[in-house]
Amino acid sequence: MTPKLPLYFDYNATTPVDERVLEAMLPFFGEDFGNPSSRSHAFGWKAEAAVEVARQQVAELIGATPQEITWTAGATESNNLAIKGACEMYRDKGRHIITCSTEHRAVLDPCAALAKAGWQVTHLPVDEAGRVDPAKVEAAITDQTVLISIMAANNETGTLHPLAEIGRIAKQAGVLLHTDATQAAGKIPLAVESLGVALLSLSAHKLYGPKGVGCLYVRRRSPRVRLAKQMHGGSHERGLRSGTLNVPGIVGLGAAAEIAGNELTDDAERLVALRDRLDEGVRSQLPEVQLNGHPTERLCNTANLSFAYVEGEALMMKLSSLAVSSGSACMSASREPSHVLKAMGVPDALANAAIRFSLGRPTTVEEIDFAIGAIVQAVRELRAISPLYELAREGIDPTRLQ
Amino acid sequence: MEPNQSPEFVKHFSHPRNVGSLDRRSRRVGTATVTVADCGDVMRLQIEVDCQGRIARAMFKTFGCSAAIAAGSLTTEWLRGRSVDQAEGFSGDYITERLALTPEKQHSSRLAEDAVRAAIADWKRRRCRQGQPAS
Repeated sequence: MTPKLPLYFDYNATTPVDERVLEAMLPFFGEDFGNPSSRSHAFGWKAEAAVEVARQQVAELIGATPQEITWTAGATESNNLAIKGACEMYRDKGRHIITCSTEHRAVLDPCAALAKAGWQVTHLPVDEAGRVDPAKVEAAITDQTVLISIMAANNETGTLHPLAEIGRIAKQAGVLLHTDATQAAGKIPLAVESLGVALLSLSAHKLYGPKGVGCLYVRRRSPRVRLAKQMHGGSHERGLRSGTLNVPGIVGLGAAAEIAGNELTDDAERLVALRDRLDEGVRSQLPEVQLNGHPTERLCNTANLSFAYVEGEALMMKLSSLAVSSGSACMSASREPSHVLKAMGVPDALANAAIRFSLGRPTTVEEIDFAIGAIVQAVRELRAISPLYELAREGIDPTRLQ
Repeated sequence: MEPNQSPEFVKHFSHPRNVGSLDRRSRRVGTATVTVADCGDVMRLQIEVDCQGRIARAMFKTFGCSAAIAAGSLTTEWLRGRSVDQAEGFSGDYITERLALTPEKQHSSRLAEDAVRAAIADWKRRRCRQGQPAS
Protein backbone atom coordinates (compact mmCIF):
# COMPACT_ATOMS: atom_id res chain seq x y z
CA MET A 1 0.00 0.00 0.00
CA THR A 2 1.32 3.40 -0.94
CA PRO A 3 1.33 5.77 2.01
CA LYS A 4 -0.29 9.20 1.75
CA LEU A 5 2.03 11.48 -0.20
CA PRO A 6 4.09 13.52 0.19
CA LEU A 7 5.79 11.81 3.11
CA TYR A 8 7.20 14.15 5.72
CA PHE A 9 10.93 13.77 6.43
CA ASP A 10 11.60 17.29 7.65
CA TYR A 11 11.09 17.04 11.40
CA ASN A 12 14.16 19.21 12.02
CA ALA A 13 12.26 22.04 10.31
CA THR A 14 9.19 21.58 12.44
CA THR A 15 7.05 18.89 14.04
CA PRO A 16 3.29 18.43 14.26
CA VAL A 17 1.72 19.23 17.61
CA ASP A 18 1.28 16.02 19.60
CA GLU A 19 -2.41 15.31 20.25
CA ARG A 20 -1.77 15.17 23.99
CA VAL A 21 -0.12 18.58 23.78
CA LEU A 22 -3.01 20.05 21.85
CA GLU A 23 -5.46 18.69 24.38
CA ALA A 24 -3.54 20.34 27.21
CA MET A 25 -3.53 23.66 25.35
CA LEU A 26 -7.17 23.89 24.27
CA PRO A 27 -8.77 25.09 27.55
CA PHE A 28 -6.44 28.08 27.56
CA PHE A 29 -7.89 29.35 24.29
CA GLY A 30 -11.38 29.05 25.74
CA GLU A 31 -12.72 29.14 29.24
CA ASP A 32 -9.29 29.50 30.89
CA PHE A 33 -8.31 32.53 28.84
CA GLY A 34 -7.06 34.66 31.73
CA ASN A 35 -3.91 36.77 31.79
CA PRO A 36 -1.40 35.41 34.31
CA SER A 37 -0.51 38.98 35.22
CA SER A 38 -4.04 39.54 36.53
CA ARG A 39 -3.40 39.12 40.23
CA SER A 40 -6.86 40.18 41.36
CA HIS A 41 -9.12 37.38 40.13
CA ALA A 42 -9.44 33.69 39.53
CA PHE A 43 -8.99 33.93 35.75
CA GLY A 44 -5.49 35.27 36.27
CA TRP A 45 -4.66 32.83 39.05
CA LYS A 46 -5.62 29.84 36.95
CA ALA A 47 -3.51 31.00 34.01
CA GLU A 48 -0.57 31.73 36.29
CA ALA A 49 -0.81 28.31 37.88
CA ALA A 50 -0.77 26.66 34.44
CA VAL A 51 2.27 28.70 33.40
CA GLU A 52 4.11 27.63 36.56
CA VAL A 53 3.30 23.95 35.95
CA ALA A 54 4.78 24.33 32.47
CA ARG A 55 7.87 26.00 33.92
CA GLN A 56 8.36 22.99 36.15
CA GLN A 57 7.86 20.58 33.24
CA VAL A 58 10.42 22.34 31.03
CA ALA A 59 12.89 22.71 33.89
CA GLU A 60 12.74 18.96 34.49
CA LEU A 61 13.57 18.17 30.87
CA ILE A 62 16.91 19.97 31.16
CA GLY A 63 17.69 19.48 34.84
CA ALA A 64 17.07 23.08 35.84
CA THR A 65 14.93 24.76 38.48
CA PRO A 66 11.68 26.47 37.41
CA GLN A 67 13.02 29.92 38.38
CA GLU A 68 15.70 29.49 35.73
CA ILE A 69 13.21 29.27 32.83
CA THR A 70 12.19 32.43 30.96
CA TRP A 71 9.47 32.21 28.32
CA THR A 72 10.13 33.64 24.86
CA ALA A 73 8.54 33.54 21.43
CA GLY A 74 10.94 30.83 20.25
CA ALA A 75 14.57 29.86 19.93
CA THR A 76 15.51 32.86 17.79
CA GLU A 77 14.36 35.20 20.53
CA SER A 78 16.03 33.07 23.19
CA ASN A 79 19.33 33.19 21.28
CA ASN A 80 19.07 36.95 20.84
CA LEU A 81 18.27 37.48 24.51
CA ALA A 82 21.10 35.20 25.63
CA ILE A 83 23.79 36.56 23.35
CA LYS A 84 22.96 40.25 23.22
CA GLY A 85 21.68 40.26 26.80
CA ALA A 86 24.85 38.69 28.23
CA CYS A 87 27.18 40.80 26.14
CA GLU A 88 25.43 44.01 27.11
CA MET A 89 25.41 43.05 30.79
CA TYR A 90 29.07 42.01 30.97
CA ARG A 91 30.61 44.38 28.45
CA ASP A 92 32.90 45.87 31.08
CA LYS A 93 34.78 42.57 31.15
CA GLY A 94 35.70 42.78 27.48
CA ARG A 95 34.30 42.70 24.00
CA HIS A 96 34.96 39.18 22.77
CA ILE A 97 32.62 36.29 21.99
CA ILE A 98 33.37 32.82 20.65
CA THR A 99 31.03 30.88 18.44
CA CYS A 100 31.30 28.34 15.69
CA SER A 101 31.04 28.49 11.91
CA THR A 102 28.19 25.96 11.70
CA GLU A 103 25.78 27.72 14.05
CA HIS A 104 22.24 28.57 12.98
CA ARG A 105 21.58 32.06 11.64
CA ALA A 106 19.73 32.81 14.88
CA VAL A 107 23.14 32.71 16.61
CA LEU A 108 25.35 33.96 13.80
CA ASP A 109 23.24 37.04 13.14
CA PRO A 110 23.12 38.34 16.75
CA CYS A 111 26.90 37.80 16.80
CA ALA A 112 27.18 39.75 13.55
CA ALA A 113 25.14 42.56 15.08
CA LEU A 114 27.58 42.66 18.00
CA ALA A 115 30.52 42.64 15.60
CA LYS A 116 29.01 45.67 13.92
CA ALA A 117 28.88 47.34 17.33
CA GLY A 118 32.60 46.78 17.78
CA TRP A 119 32.75 43.33 19.37
CA GLN A 120 35.33 40.81 18.32
CA VAL A 121 33.73 37.52 17.25
CA THR A 122 35.74 34.31 16.88
CA HIS A 123 34.12 31.75 14.58
CA LEU A 124 35.72 28.43 15.44
CA PRO A 125 36.21 25.94 12.61
CA VAL A 126 34.78 22.41 12.73
CA ASP A 127 36.28 19.09 11.68
CA GLU A 128 34.97 17.12 8.72
CA ALA A 129 32.26 15.57 10.90
CA GLY A 130 31.15 19.04 11.93
CA ARG A 131 32.48 19.05 15.50
CA VAL A 132 34.28 21.82 17.32
CA ASP A 133 37.54 20.80 18.96
CA PRO A 134 37.36 21.73 22.70
CA ALA A 135 41.10 22.51 22.59
CA LYS A 136 40.37 25.20 20.02
CA VAL A 137 37.73 26.67 22.31
CA GLU A 138 40.26 26.79 25.12
CA ALA A 139 42.86 28.41 22.89
CA ALA A 140 40.42 31.06 21.70
CA ILE A 141 39.50 32.27 25.19
CA THR A 142 41.11 35.54 26.25
CA ASP A 143 40.63 37.69 29.34
CA GLN A 144 38.25 39.73 27.19
CA THR A 145 35.93 36.80 26.42
CA VAL A 146 32.40 37.28 27.74
CA LEU A 147 30.51 34.46 26.10
CA ILE A 148 30.89 31.19 24.22
CA SER A 149 27.90 30.13 22.11
CA ILE A 150 28.02 26.58 20.72
CA MET A 151 24.95 24.67 19.62
CA ALA A 152 24.17 21.29 21.19
CA ALA A 153 23.29 19.61 17.89
CA ASN A 154 23.48 20.91 14.35
CA ASN A 155 20.21 21.33 12.50
CA GLU A 156 21.51 20.28 9.08
CA THR A 157 23.70 17.30 9.95
CA GLY A 158 22.60 16.37 13.46
CA THR A 159 26.23 16.37 14.61
CA LEU A 160 26.60 16.71 18.39
CA HIS A 161 29.30 18.97 19.77
CA PRO A 162 31.36 17.81 22.78
CA LEU A 163 29.39 20.22 24.91
CA ALA A 164 30.27 18.86 28.35
CA GLU A 165 33.99 19.24 27.62
CA ILE A 166 33.45 22.76 26.34
CA GLY A 167 31.37 23.45 29.46
CA ARG A 168 34.26 22.37 31.70
CA ILE A 169 36.66 24.62 29.82
CA ALA A 170 34.27 27.56 30.00
CA LYS A 171 33.71 27.07 33.71
CA GLN A 172 37.46 26.89 34.42
CA ALA A 173 38.03 30.07 32.45
CA GLY A 174 35.07 31.82 34.08
CA VAL A 175 33.38 32.38 30.73
CA LEU A 176 29.64 31.94 30.20
CA LEU A 177 28.57 29.13 27.87
CA HIS A 178 25.36 29.50 25.88
CA THR A 179 23.98 26.60 23.87
CA ASP A 180 21.28 26.63 21.24
CA ALA A 181 19.62 23.32 22.06
CA THR A 182 16.74 23.76 19.61
CA GLN A 183 17.48 20.50 17.78
CA ALA A 184 18.84 18.56 20.75
CA ALA A 185 15.99 19.15 23.19
CA GLY A 186 13.73 16.16 23.34
CA LYS A 187 16.11 14.03 21.25
CA ILE A 188 19.07 13.62 23.61
CA PRO A 189 19.20 13.91 27.41
CA LEU A 190 20.23 17.42 28.40
CA ALA A 191 21.34 18.28 31.93
CA VAL A 192 22.45 21.86 32.35
CA GLU A 193 24.51 20.96 35.41
CA SER A 194 26.68 18.27 33.83
CA LEU A 195 26.94 20.21 30.58
CA GLY A 196 28.15 23.28 32.43
CA VAL A 197 25.98 25.66 30.44
CA ALA A 198 24.91 29.05 31.76
CA LEU A 199 22.31 29.73 29.09
CA LEU A 200 20.26 27.32 26.97
CA SER A 201 17.72 28.05 24.24
CA LEU A 202 14.95 25.76 23.11
CA SER A 203 11.82 25.91 21.02
CA ALA A 204 8.46 24.16 21.37
CA HIS A 205 7.74 23.40 17.74
CA LYS A 206 10.76 21.14 17.32
CA LEU A 207 9.51 18.83 20.06
CA TYR A 208 5.88 18.36 19.06
CA GLY A 209 4.74 21.58 20.69
CA PRO A 210 3.24 24.66 19.04
CA LYS A 211 5.07 27.30 16.99
CA GLY A 212 5.73 30.73 18.45
CA VAL A 213 6.90 29.71 21.90
CA GLY A 214 10.24 28.80 23.39
CA CYS A 215 12.30 29.47 26.44
CA LEU A 216 15.70 30.46 27.71
CA TYR A 217 17.36 28.78 30.64
CA VAL A 218 19.30 31.35 32.67
CA ARG A 219 21.53 29.91 35.41
CA ARG A 220 20.80 31.28 38.88
CA ARG A 221 23.63 29.86 40.95
CA SER A 222 27.39 29.35 40.63
CA PRO A 223 27.43 31.65 38.82
CA ARG A 224 24.22 33.64 38.84
CA VAL A 225 23.85 34.91 35.28
CA ARG A 226 22.33 38.29 34.65
CA LEU A 227 21.11 39.52 31.29
CA ALA A 228 20.26 42.94 29.96
CA LYS A 229 16.62 42.82 28.84
CA GLN A 230 16.03 43.12 25.12
CA MET A 231 12.27 43.68 25.34
CA HIS A 232 11.09 46.62 27.40
CA GLY A 233 7.58 46.86 28.75
CA GLY A 234 5.44 45.59 31.59
CA SER A 235 8.20 43.72 33.41
CA HIS A 236 6.88 40.22 32.84
CA GLU A 237 9.23 37.30 33.54
CA ARG A 238 10.92 39.15 36.43
CA GLY A 239 11.61 42.05 34.10
CA LEU A 240 13.71 39.97 31.73
CA ARG A 241 11.17 39.62 28.96
CA SER A 242 8.17 41.91 28.84
CA GLY A 243 5.02 40.97 27.00
CA THR A 244 1.82 39.17 28.01
CA LEU A 245 2.55 35.49 28.28
CA ASN A 246 1.41 33.17 25.48
CA VAL A 247 -0.43 30.92 27.92
CA PRO A 248 -1.71 28.24 25.51
CA GLY A 249 1.72 28.08 23.87
CA ILE A 250 3.52 27.87 27.20
CA VAL A 251 1.17 25.13 28.41
CA GLY A 252 1.88 23.33 25.14
CA LEU A 253 5.64 23.65 25.56
CA GLY A 254 5.35 22.32 29.09
CA ALA A 255 3.28 19.31 28.01
CA ALA A 256 5.59 18.65 25.06
CA ALA A 257 8.64 18.79 27.35
CA GLU A 258 7.12 16.34 29.78
CA ILE A 259 6.22 13.88 27.01
CA ALA A 260 9.68 14.26 25.47
CA GLY A 261 11.31 13.54 28.81
CA ASN A 262 9.21 10.42 29.35
CA GLU A 263 9.52 9.02 25.83
CA LEU A 264 12.97 10.20 24.84
CA THR A 265 14.76 6.89 25.32
CA ASP A 266 12.16 4.81 23.43
CA ASP A 267 11.89 7.37 20.65
CA ALA A 268 15.65 7.59 20.23
CA GLU A 269 16.10 3.82 19.96
CA ARG A 270 13.35 3.51 17.39
CA LEU A 271 14.53 6.53 15.37
CA VAL A 272 18.17 5.41 15.25
CA ALA A 273 17.02 2.08 13.81
CA LEU A 274 14.86 3.81 11.19
CA ARG A 275 17.55 6.36 10.36
CA ASP A 276 20.15 3.66 9.85
CA ARG A 277 17.71 1.58 7.80
CA LEU A 278 17.31 4.58 5.48
CA ASP A 279 21.03 5.28 5.31
CA GLU A 280 22.01 1.65 4.72
CA GLY A 281 19.10 1.00 2.38
CA VAL A 282 20.14 3.86 0.14
CA ARG A 283 23.87 3.26 0.30
CA SER A 284 23.63 -0.48 -0.35
CA GLN A 285 21.88 0.26 -3.66
CA LEU A 286 23.67 3.41 -4.78
CA PRO A 287 27.42 3.98 -5.10
CA GLU A 288 29.03 7.31 -4.20
CA VAL A 289 26.65 8.48 -1.53
CA GLN A 290 28.28 10.40 1.31
CA LEU A 291 26.99 10.87 4.83
CA ASN A 292 27.52 14.44 6.01
CA GLY A 293 27.92 14.57 9.76
CA HIS A 294 29.38 12.45 12.50
CA PRO A 295 28.81 8.70 12.02
CA THR A 296 27.89 8.13 15.67
CA GLU A 297 27.89 11.42 17.59
CA ARG A 298 24.74 12.50 15.83
CA LEU A 299 21.05 13.09 16.52
CA CYS A 300 18.98 9.92 16.42
CA ASN A 301 16.72 11.27 13.68
CA THR A 302 19.00 13.00 11.17
CA ALA A 303 20.76 11.71 8.05
CA ASN A 304 22.26 14.23 5.67
CA LEU A 305 23.30 12.51 2.44
CA SER A 306 25.13 13.81 -0.63
CA PHE A 307 24.64 12.12 -3.98
CA ALA A 308 27.61 12.59 -6.30
CA TYR A 309 27.05 13.55 -9.97
CA VAL A 310 23.52 14.82 -9.51
CA GLU A 311 22.34 18.32 -8.80
CA GLY A 312 20.44 19.14 -5.63
CA GLU A 313 17.48 21.06 -7.01
CA ALA A 314 16.80 18.47 -9.71
CA LEU A 315 17.01 15.74 -7.07
CA MET A 316 14.57 17.58 -4.81
CA MET A 317 12.17 17.89 -7.73
CA LYS A 318 12.46 14.19 -8.53
CA LEU A 319 11.81 13.49 -4.87
CA SER A 320 8.55 15.40 -4.87
CA SER A 321 6.91 12.50 -3.03
CA LEU A 322 9.16 13.24 -0.04
CA ALA A 323 9.14 16.45 2.00
CA VAL A 324 12.87 16.93 2.63
CA SER A 325 15.22 19.87 2.67
CA SER A 326 18.31 20.49 0.63
CA GLY A 327 21.76 21.87 1.25
CA SER A 328 21.25 24.74 -1.14
CA ALA A 329 18.81 26.33 -3.47
CA CYS A 330 19.31 27.02 -7.15
CA MET A 331 17.47 30.30 -6.88
CA SER A 332 19.67 32.23 -9.24
CA ALA A 333 22.54 31.67 -11.60
CA SER A 334 24.84 31.16 -8.64
CA ARG A 335 24.23 28.50 -6.03
CA GLU A 336 24.98 29.11 -2.38
CA PRO A 337 25.95 25.84 -0.79
CA SER A 338 25.10 25.38 2.88
CA HIS A 339 27.48 27.24 5.18
CA VAL A 340 27.45 24.21 7.47
CA LEU A 341 28.61 21.73 4.83
CA LYS A 342 31.10 24.27 3.50
CA ALA A 343 32.60 24.67 6.98
CA MET A 344 32.95 20.88 7.17
CA GLY A 345 35.00 20.95 3.97
CA VAL A 346 32.36 19.27 1.81
CA PRO A 347 33.16 20.19 -1.82
CA ASP A 348 30.59 22.51 -3.42
CA ALA A 349 29.42 19.87 -5.90
CA LEU A 350 28.57 17.48 -3.06
CA ALA A 351 27.17 20.20 -0.82
CA ASN A 352 24.80 21.17 -3.62
CA ALA A 353 23.64 17.57 -3.89
CA ALA A 354 22.98 17.18 -0.17
CA ILE A 355 19.58 16.24 1.18
CA ARG A 356 18.63 16.27 4.84
CA PHE A 357 16.30 13.54 5.95
CA SER A 358 15.00 14.17 9.45
CA LEU A 359 12.70 11.62 11.03
CA GLY A 360 10.17 12.04 13.78
CA ARG A 361 7.85 10.36 16.23
CA PRO A 362 5.23 9.55 13.54
CA THR A 363 7.76 8.07 11.06
CA THR A 364 7.07 4.42 10.22
CA VAL A 365 9.16 1.65 8.74
CA GLU A 366 6.84 1.61 5.70
CA GLU A 367 7.60 5.28 5.12
CA ILE A 368 11.32 4.60 5.33
CA ASP A 369 11.09 1.77 2.81
CA PHE A 370 9.05 3.93 0.44
CA ALA A 371 11.65 6.70 0.79
CA ILE A 372 14.53 4.32 0.04
CA GLY A 373 12.80 3.24 -3.17
CA ALA A 374 12.04 6.82 -4.21
CA ILE A 375 15.61 8.01 -3.53
CA VAL A 376 17.26 5.13 -5.37
CA GLN A 377 15.03 5.60 -8.40
CA ALA A 378 15.48 9.39 -8.51
CA VAL A 379 19.26 9.24 -8.22
CA ARG A 380 19.51 6.49 -10.85
CA GLU A 381 17.38 8.50 -13.27
CA LEU A 382 19.43 11.65 -12.78
CA ARG A 383 22.73 9.82 -13.03
CA ALA A 384 21.54 8.21 -16.27
CA ILE A 385 21.27 11.68 -17.80
CA SER A 386 24.32 13.17 -16.04
CA PRO A 387 27.33 13.66 -18.31
CA LEU A 388 29.46 13.87 -15.16
CA TYR A 389 28.45 10.39 -14.06
CA GLU A 390 29.30 9.06 -17.51
CA LEU A 391 32.72 10.72 -17.39
CA ALA A 392 33.35 9.39 -13.91
CA ARG A 393 32.54 5.86 -15.03
CA GLU A 394 35.00 6.30 -17.88
CA GLY A 395 37.61 7.18 -15.27
CA ILE A 396 37.71 10.93 -15.96
CA ASP A 397 37.53 13.20 -12.94
CA PRO A 398 34.60 15.50 -13.74
CA THR A 399 35.63 18.08 -11.18
CA ARG A 400 38.56 18.88 -13.46
CA LEU A 401 36.16 19.52 -16.30
CA GLN A 402 34.42 22.18 -14.26
CA MET B 1 6.29 19.51 -8.53
CA GLU B 2 6.02 23.14 -7.63
CA PRO B 3 2.58 24.46 -8.46
CA ASN B 4 3.82 27.15 -10.85
CA GLN B 5 5.44 24.85 -13.38
CA SER B 6 4.08 24.62 -16.89
CA PRO B 7 2.91 21.23 -18.20
CA GLU B 8 5.66 21.45 -20.83
CA PHE B 9 8.27 21.87 -18.10
CA VAL B 10 6.96 18.91 -16.15
CA LYS B 11 6.86 16.75 -19.29
CA HIS B 12 10.47 17.44 -20.26
CA PHE B 13 11.86 17.24 -16.74
CA SER B 14 9.99 14.11 -15.69
CA HIS B 15 10.50 12.24 -18.96
CA PRO B 16 13.36 13.86 -20.84
CA ARG B 17 13.57 13.04 -24.56
CA ASN B 18 16.70 12.04 -26.49
CA VAL B 19 18.92 11.30 -23.51
CA GLY B 20 22.18 9.64 -24.45
CA SER B 21 25.19 9.80 -26.72
CA LEU B 22 26.11 9.69 -30.38
CA ASP B 23 29.43 8.46 -31.73
CA ARG B 24 31.63 11.47 -31.19
CA ARG B 25 34.22 10.15 -33.66
CA SER B 26 31.73 10.22 -36.54
CA ARG B 27 32.27 13.09 -39.00
CA ARG B 28 28.52 13.56 -39.16
CA VAL B 29 28.37 14.25 -35.45
CA GLY B 30 29.00 17.57 -33.73
CA THR B 31 29.57 17.47 -29.98
CA ALA B 32 29.43 20.29 -27.47
CA THR B 33 29.98 20.27 -23.72
CA VAL B 34 29.14 23.64 -22.24
CA THR B 35 28.91 24.85 -18.67
CA VAL B 36 27.48 27.76 -16.74
CA ALA B 37 30.44 29.16 -14.86
CA ASP B 38 28.41 30.50 -11.92
CA CYS B 39 26.39 27.45 -11.02
CA GLY B 40 28.33 24.57 -12.53
CA ASP B 41 25.54 23.21 -14.74
CA VAL B 42 26.92 21.08 -17.57
CA MET B 43 25.14 20.23 -20.82
CA ARG B 44 26.47 17.90 -23.45
CA LEU B 45 24.65 18.19 -26.75
CA GLN B 46 25.30 16.15 -29.88
CA ILE B 47 23.84 16.52 -33.34
CA GLU B 48 24.04 14.13 -36.27
CA VAL B 49 23.73 15.86 -39.65
CA ASP B 50 22.69 13.98 -42.79
CA CYS B 51 23.88 14.54 -46.39
CA GLN B 52 21.17 17.15 -46.97
CA GLY B 53 22.42 19.27 -44.07
CA ARG B 54 19.50 18.27 -41.85
CA ILE B 55 19.82 17.32 -38.24
CA ALA B 56 18.76 13.69 -38.22
CA ARG B 57 19.34 13.11 -34.53
CA ALA B 58 20.11 15.17 -31.44
CA MET B 59 21.02 13.73 -28.07
CA PHE B 60 21.86 15.33 -24.74
CA LYS B 61 22.93 14.77 -21.18
CA THR B 62 22.68 17.38 -18.45
CA PHE B 63 24.08 17.80 -14.97
CA GLY B 64 22.09 20.61 -13.50
CA CYS B 65 18.85 21.81 -12.08
CA SER B 66 15.42 20.76 -13.32
CA ALA B 67 15.26 23.66 -15.78
CA ALA B 68 18.60 22.72 -17.33
CA ILE B 69 17.38 19.14 -17.80
CA ALA B 70 14.06 20.22 -19.32
CA ALA B 71 15.91 22.72 -21.55
CA GLY B 72 18.18 19.97 -22.89
CA SER B 73 15.25 17.74 -23.70
CA LEU B 74 13.21 20.46 -25.39
CA THR B 75 16.23 21.62 -27.40
CA THR B 76 16.91 18.17 -28.86
CA GLU B 77 13.25 17.90 -29.82
CA TRP B 78 13.39 21.26 -31.58
CA LEU B 79 16.64 20.43 -33.42
CA ARG B 80 15.45 17.16 -34.89
CA GLY B 81 14.57 17.53 -38.58
CA ARG B 82 15.78 21.13 -38.87
CA SER B 83 18.50 22.27 -41.23
CA VAL B 84 21.83 23.43 -39.82
CA ASP B 85 21.01 26.92 -41.14
CA GLN B 86 17.78 26.94 -39.17
CA ALA B 87 19.53 25.59 -36.11
CA GLU B 88 22.04 28.43 -36.24
CA GLY B 89 19.19 30.81 -35.58
CA PHE B 90 18.13 28.93 -32.44
CA SER B 91 17.40 31.25 -29.55
CA GLY B 92 17.22 30.51 -25.85
CA ASP B 93 14.08 32.65 -25.76
CA TYR B 94 12.23 29.70 -27.31
CA ILE B 95 13.16 27.59 -24.25
CA THR B 96 12.25 30.38 -21.85
CA GLU B 97 8.82 30.74 -23.44
CA ARG B 98 7.97 27.09 -23.93
CA LEU B 99 9.06 26.09 -20.42
CA ALA B 100 7.74 29.32 -18.86
CA LEU B 101 11.03 29.84 -17.04
CA THR B 102 11.26 32.50 -14.37
CA PRO B 103 14.20 34.95 -14.69
CA GLU B 104 16.34 33.05 -12.17
CA LYS B 105 16.03 29.88 -14.27
CA GLN B 106 16.80 31.49 -17.61
CA HIS B 107 20.48 30.61 -17.43
CA SER B 108 19.25 27.21 -18.59
CA SER B 109 17.99 28.77 -21.84
CA ARG B 110 21.37 30.38 -22.43
CA LEU B 111 23.06 27.08 -21.66
CA ALA B 112 20.96 25.41 -24.37
CA GLU B 113 21.66 28.19 -26.85
CA ASP B 114 25.40 27.98 -26.19
CA ALA B 115 25.26 24.21 -26.60
CA VAL B 116 23.49 24.41 -29.98
CA ARG B 117 26.02 26.92 -31.35
CA ALA B 118 28.98 24.96 -30.03
CA ALA B 119 27.66 21.66 -31.42
CA ILE B 120 27.16 23.21 -34.89
CA ALA B 121 30.63 24.77 -34.75
CA ASP B 122 32.12 21.41 -33.83
CA TRP B 123 30.27 19.69 -36.68
CA LYS B 124 31.51 22.34 -39.15
CA ARG B 125 35.10 21.94 -37.98
CA ARG B 126 34.97 18.21 -38.38
CA ARG B 127 33.24 18.40 -41.77
CA CYS B 128 35.87 20.82 -43.11
CA ARG B 129 38.64 18.54 -41.99
CA GLN B 130 37.04 15.81 -44.04
CA GLY B 131 37.96 17.58 -47.29
CA GLN B 132 41.55 18.19 -46.29
CA PRO B 133 44.27 15.78 -47.38
CA ALA B 134 45.51 13.48 -44.70
CA SER B 135 48.73 14.74 -43.22
